[in-house]
Amino acid sequence: MIGPDRRYRIARSALILGALSVAGLFLVLPLLIVLSGAIAKGWSLYLASISEPDALAALRLTLTVTAIAVPLNLVFGVVAAWCIAKFEFPGRSALITLIDLPLAVSPVISGLIYVLLFGAQGLLGPWLGEAGFRVIFAVPGIVLATIFVTFPFVARELIPVMQAQGRDHEEAALSLGASGWQTFWRVTLPNIKWGLLYGVILCNARAMGEFGAVSVVSGHIRGKTNTLPLHVEILYNEYQHTAAFAVASLLVLLALLTLVAKTWVEARAHRDRHPDPIVQPDEELP
Amino acid sequence: MTATATNSISRWRVSGSLPGFGPSLGYTLLYLSLIVLIPLAMILLRASELGLDAFIAKVSSPRALASLRISFGCALIAAAINMPIGLLLAWVISRYPFPGRRLVDALIDLPIALPTAVAGIALTALYARNGWLGQWLAPLGIELAFTPAGIVIALVFVGLPFVVRTVQPVLQDIEHEQEEAAESLGATPLQTFVRVSLPTIAPALLTGFALAFARGVGEYGSVIFIAGNMPMISEITPLLIVTQLEQYDYAGATALALVMLLGSFALLLLINSLQAWLAHRGRR
Repeated sequence: MIGPDRRYRIARSALILGALSVAGLFLVLPLLIVLSGAIAKGWSLYLASISEPDALAALRLTLTVTAIAVPLNLVFGVVAAWCIAKFEFPGRSALITLIDLPLAVSPVISGLIYVLLFGAQGLLGPWLGEAGFRVIFAVPGIVLATIFVTFPFVARELIPVMQAQGRDHEEAALSLGASGWQTFWRVTLPNIKWGLLYGVILCNARAMGEFGAVSVVSGHIRGKTNTLPLHVEILYNEYQHTAAFAVASLLVLLALLTLVAKTWVEARAHRDRHPDPIVQPDEELP
Repeated sequence: MTATATNSISRWRVSGSLPGFGPSLGYTLLYLSLIVLIPLAMILLRASELGLDAFIAKVSSPRALASLRISFGCALIAAAINMPIGLLLAWVISRYPFPGRRLVDALIDLPIALPTAVAGIALTALYARNGWLGQWLAPLGIELAFTPAGIVIALVFVGLPFVVRTVQPVLQDIEHEQEEAAESLGATPLQTFVRVSLPTIAPALLTGFALAFARGVGEYGSVIFIAGNMPMISEITPLLIVTQLEQYDYAGATALALVMLLGSFALLLLINSLQAWLAHRGRR
């Protein structure tokens, strides 16, 4: 006969073991197979794969697109969160839903809508074509699709943070004679910095890694409209598996850095909310 | 009376005293319209040009219907699988201290941080017949890669964080008193879990299920590598849309996209009401 305490301990160990197996199977093995595939044929081939001209061009395009999309969505996120969190107006919750809309749309459709708008058979396509400006199968289309898929990330992190902060601090600053901009930079921004950083980290990871939407508008022109994820696909479909995994390992590195940064920001934000953990138990006493 | 009147006027002034409402709302609406609303309206515009008969013909072709069945069906199965394993992970992370817990907690978000194309080739390499896992399953007659089961594996991967991250905060906030009371009254841990804990986390679990399902329906990058992409058998709707676009069948692509959009929006509404319900329960 096993006692209840012992049985409880066995059940707990079994649950932990189960969770670790699931995490290992679904989260660790995919990372390991990419890294092992990348260096399967030696380091020299690895370095050659990530430094050949097409890979470098893809890396450059990915960085360029991200450098445009993230700041635009960052500014939008702050502005949208300001009007939604600091003011009451009719249709506010509908506006929040509309901002979240891109999250509910399939990546492929996120690309398709820009093809319908700017493509050769699209609404504005022929007109833009006459002006000599290409959006689809060119860099502007990739930028637009990336902005669309990363649209809500900063806004949806900031809205709850700003709502929780309320308006008191800003009103105090204004009543003491600060200007609107001073109030924003000195009072609002320090209060929302972790939420802002968190949103930017998520936005950046998605912008660099987006595949479906970018794939539809890119046209896959090597060295010109190929981002890193698209380059991985091309190499893989050409059975250059080692090279595909080598380029993919750069994106794995991006994902790991994202997780580290995210965890760090979460810890810092938590520390800011609970500045001195030793004081806490006393506060809970009646 | 004068005092209350002055008071209400000053309160009105205070609530409107922050600057920038007009410009910030204007910019938000402009940017939202340019990037999201006008481009999305193109689907409606193009689909309405089609006419109802052509629309129905495009959407109800055997290949389109099969793709919808596969996309929605596999996403449903994957979200259902994610409920128990997501709950297990959330439970263990929020309840039991064990070495490496913070690492596992951080890794939960990997499917969100990892580009889908990388997930796709990694899962394919794992489950292909000569892969790390596939080579052990092949002698048993189990083939997962390049079958609909492969689609489910990819969707379980991308959907997992949604279940864990929705359930985890509820598990952390749950009041232990009820569980302890149940156990002191002689309930077994399993009875306590089923009768006391599970009803509390059920709304969160359901929300996580819906979020994972919504994500799975539209997923493209991680699926196309592992699916095999056989029309009628393992071809998902997003891939069929891409194929139709490559064949310049804009009408077919738009019609299918509209069906997917309507499905996604219905899910979004469902999720929003689930989350409202969840917040309501949390406040009580």
